[in-house]
Amino acid sequence: MADLVFWIIAAVTIMSAAFVVLNNQLIYSAVALLFTLFGVAGLYVFLWADFIAGIQILVYVGGILVLVIFGIMLTNKIKSVRISHKSMQQGVGGVVTFWFFIFLFIALTKAPWAFSDAVEPVGTVREIGVLLLTDFLLPFEIISLLLLGALIGAAVLSRGES
Amino acid sequence: MDSINSYLFISSMLFCLGLFGVITRRNAIAVLMGVELILNAANINFVAFSKFNGMNIDGHIFSLMVIVLAAAEAAVALAIIINIYNNMNTINIDDAAELKR
Amino acid sequence: MIENPMITFPLLILFLPLVSFIVLIFFGKKLPRQGDWVAVGSIVTTFILAVYLFVQMLTNYDANFSHGASLSWIDMGAFKIDLGILVDNLTIVMLLIVTLVSSCTHIFSLEYMKGDVRYNRYYAYLGLFTFSMNGIVLADNLISMYMSWELVGVSSYLLIGHWFEKDSAANASKKAFLTNRVGDIGFFIGIMLLYSAVGAFTFSPIFDSISGGEAIAGMTLTLAGLGIFMGAVGKSSQFPLHIWLPDAMEGPTPVSALMHAATMVAAGVYMCVRLFPIFTADALTVIAYIGAITAILAALTAITQNDIKKVLAYSTVSQLGFMVLAVGTGVYTAAFFHLLTHAMFKANLFYCSGSVIHSMHHALHEAHDHDTDPQDMRNMGGFREKMPITYYSMLISTLAIAGVPLFSGFLSKDAILAGTLAFAQQNPGHFLLPLLGFSAAAITAFYMFRLIFMTFHGKPNMKNIFKDIHESPKEMTGPIVLLGALSFFIFYTLPNNFNPIKDKGWFKDLIVPRNSAVPGSLTANEISEYAHHAHYLAMGLSLFVAAAGILLAVLMYQRQSISAEKLSEKFGFLYFWSYNKFYFDENYNRYLYQPFLRLANSISWLDWEFYDKYFINGFGKLTKLFSKISGKFDYDGIDQGLVDGFGRVSAVSGNFLRNIQTGRLQNYLLFVVAGILVIIIAQAF
Repeated sequence: MADLVFWIIAAVTIMSAAFVVLNNQLIYSAVALLFTLFGVAGLYVFLWADFIAGIQILVYVGGILVLVIFGIMLTNKIKSVRISHKSMQQGVGGVVTFWFFIFLFIALTKAPWAFSDAVEPVGTVREIGVLLLTDFLLPFEIISLLLLGALIGAAVLSRGES
Repeated sequence: MDSINSYLFISSMLFCLGLFGVITRRNAIAVLMGVELILNAANINFVAFSKFNGMNIDGHIFSLMVIVLAAAEAAVALAIIINIYNNMNTINIDDAAELKR
Repeated sequence: MIENPMITFPLLILFLPLVSFIVLIFFGKKLPRQGDWVAVGSIVTTFILAVYLFVQMLTNYDANFSHGASLSWIDMGAFKIDLGILVDNLTIVMLLIVTLVSSCTHIFSLEYMKGDVRYNRYYAYLGLFTFSMNGIVLADNLISMYMSWELVGVSSYLLIGHWFEKDSAANASKKAFLTNRVGDIGFFIGIMLLYSAVGAFTFSPIFDSISGGEAIAGMTLTLAGLGIFMGAVGKSSQFPLHIWLPDAMEGPTPVSALMHAATMVAAGVYMCVRLFPIFTADALTVIAYIGAITAILAALTAITQNDIKKVLAYSTVSQLGFMVLAVGTGVYTAAFFHLLTHAMFKANLFYCSGSVIHSMHHALHEAHDHDTDPQDMRNMGGFREKMPITYYSMLISTLAIAGVPLFSGFLSKDAILAGTLAFAQQNPGHFLLPLLGFSAAAITAFYMFRLIFMTFHGKPNMKNIFKDIHESPKEMTGPIVLLGALSFFIFYTLPNNFNPIKDKGWFKDLIVPRNSAVPGSLTANEISEYAHHAHYLAMGLSLFVAAAGILLAVLMYQRQSISAEKLSEKFGFLYFWSYNKFYFDENYNRYLYQPFLRLANSISWLDWEFYDKYFINGFGKLTKLFSKISGKFDYDGIDQGLVDGFGRVSAVSGNFLRNIQTGRLQNYLLFVVAGILVIIIAQAF
């Protein structure tokens, strides 16, 4: 049962991602991205990463995707929802990325992974919180500063000349 | 499902699709969406290795950082794209070639 | 070293005239009075410094008094040249002579050269000369001595040719320079012979290794000594290179006094005295004969000359012959003594002749007579009343040169003749040397009094100008009186000897002969011992010959009881030989210059007609051909093919590669990914 659900989620993720990059309508791509992000969140759940899955939905779906759709809306005429955008060098790009994938696949199947099993934790939130405020305090602070900077930068940039 | 290979397979698929998007798309926002796919693929890897390495939470911290970075990047990138659009009335990457002239 | 005045003062003496030379040659024309005060001031300063050194020497009263300093000029490992100065009694006395006569010349010239066209240059050259002469005097090694030696030659050339508008002056300067060069070549060969054997240029190491007897000895040393002596032959105007000095009288008379009587020509003798320890017995014999021959030949020539300066010039040559004779017979301190006394009285004789010529010149100018030679004694006579100071001063110096007791020349000439006599007593085979010496002394007395009588006594020969003859101004009589006074013996025998016929005194005490460095030669003590034995005989003989010479002159030119004309007719060929200076110039011309010129002409013909036309031009043509071929290859092969080919390849590949640079970000990304793929493939397989 769990296997089936996993493969369904995986299929949805891959298919919608393919739709994102292959579709000619920008707004459709954005909607397909929504499904991809949800699929990834589902994969996180299978990986026992409940907090990350929540954050994925919260930040990606709630933040970034909304931002992307805003961007699309702001940079196109509203009246035509079918915003077409052409692609380029699809042939060569397709071949190169396909072969790239083939090599990755060969690498990951041939790699002699040696892993230890682990017990499923009750929840990761507590551990993540403790780690963030002990071992990873400095990166945490730096990334928050970076986020602040990006925020201010984005605001300054989009305010324009005035 | 219980082997890491399935996750790595999915993430590499996602990565290549994102790469394909970045290479082929003309629209800057579409390129941005390709980048998001690549970042998600990386995140899946982090979390997957975390689980199959004895549930080491460090991987989670990394993916959190990546998500934050993605958010910041999206915000700044979209601000830039909107600026380009305001100045040039287009968001095709090819057309933003002022420096080349 | 800097604190020691015995080093700094000589250096000042050396370089002050050089400063004066530089100032005058560059800025002389712009300075007031054309800058003569610079030259006179600097030279008088050097004179005062020299007097200080002299007083130091006298207060020390030490025969071994010596100071030295040197600096390394060239140091190339094995080859090393140190330039240094050596200050001992010899140096100090010589410095005093040079600066004294030079000062007198400077002061004398103030009047004598007044209004000359190249007044500032004249004084500049005098400075250069004094500098280089002091350089010779102070040198402690052969290299700096040789450099100064050449500089002296140059300044002599410049000063003889001071009035180069006159052909005779220009020719005389050329002759002096070239004749000196002949001697200098020998000097240089001698230096190099010594250096190749000893490996040093400085005097004391050379003496040391010669007395060691291993580095250089026998024939080589004789040759080296003779080579070095050849420099003295040229500079001190010895037979057979004596021909330049009489011609050098074309220069201004003060210059003749300074250079061609007192100092420069004495440089050769000074050098021989300085380097006496290196001469072997054989070399000394040659030197003695050359000196004796020079003394007698020049004295004989001087008898018949009518130009007052020519007489003095030949007299100088003769006296230099005496000095060289003294060096050759080993009594080299006597040579130096004679150098000292001779410098004083001969400089004075030249000043006096300059005074006479100056006055003649003015008188002739007043009479608008520009054809008469103001130097010809036949135009003079009876000047005694008109120019008393000049007359008495010249008389004193003449008595000195003739070797009359009470005067300085007597002491020095007596010492030389005693040495020569002693030498002949030891080596009876060389009896000719004293014979020639005494004859030359007699003839000297004769022709000098002939000069005095013809110039100052008797009746005036040109009555039309006689009224305009008058005594010279103070600038000229000052040096004359000073140097005339220095012809008295007393200045050379102080402080403990007042006997006019004994040569004891500061000179004898302070300038002591050193042993020759050559192994097996007589020691200085032996030589002076022998000379001492011969002393009284020599004194008697020299008194006799001087008296005979003076008497003959009195009879012939004062009383005129012996007719000079009849005598000359009787000894016709001798008279003509003497009058024509033994035909040296003519014979040199016929047997040396003309064949040499012919040889040079034929060689130049060969050079031009054959070598130049065929060999050189052939090479030219060949080179042209080669360059044409090479040019063609260069243009067609290298330029068109290689260089332009590189350009074309670059252009083509650039054009091709330009297509990759699309400016599209995503293209680049694609290339990156493709590149990674290639790397992966390369790594995997």
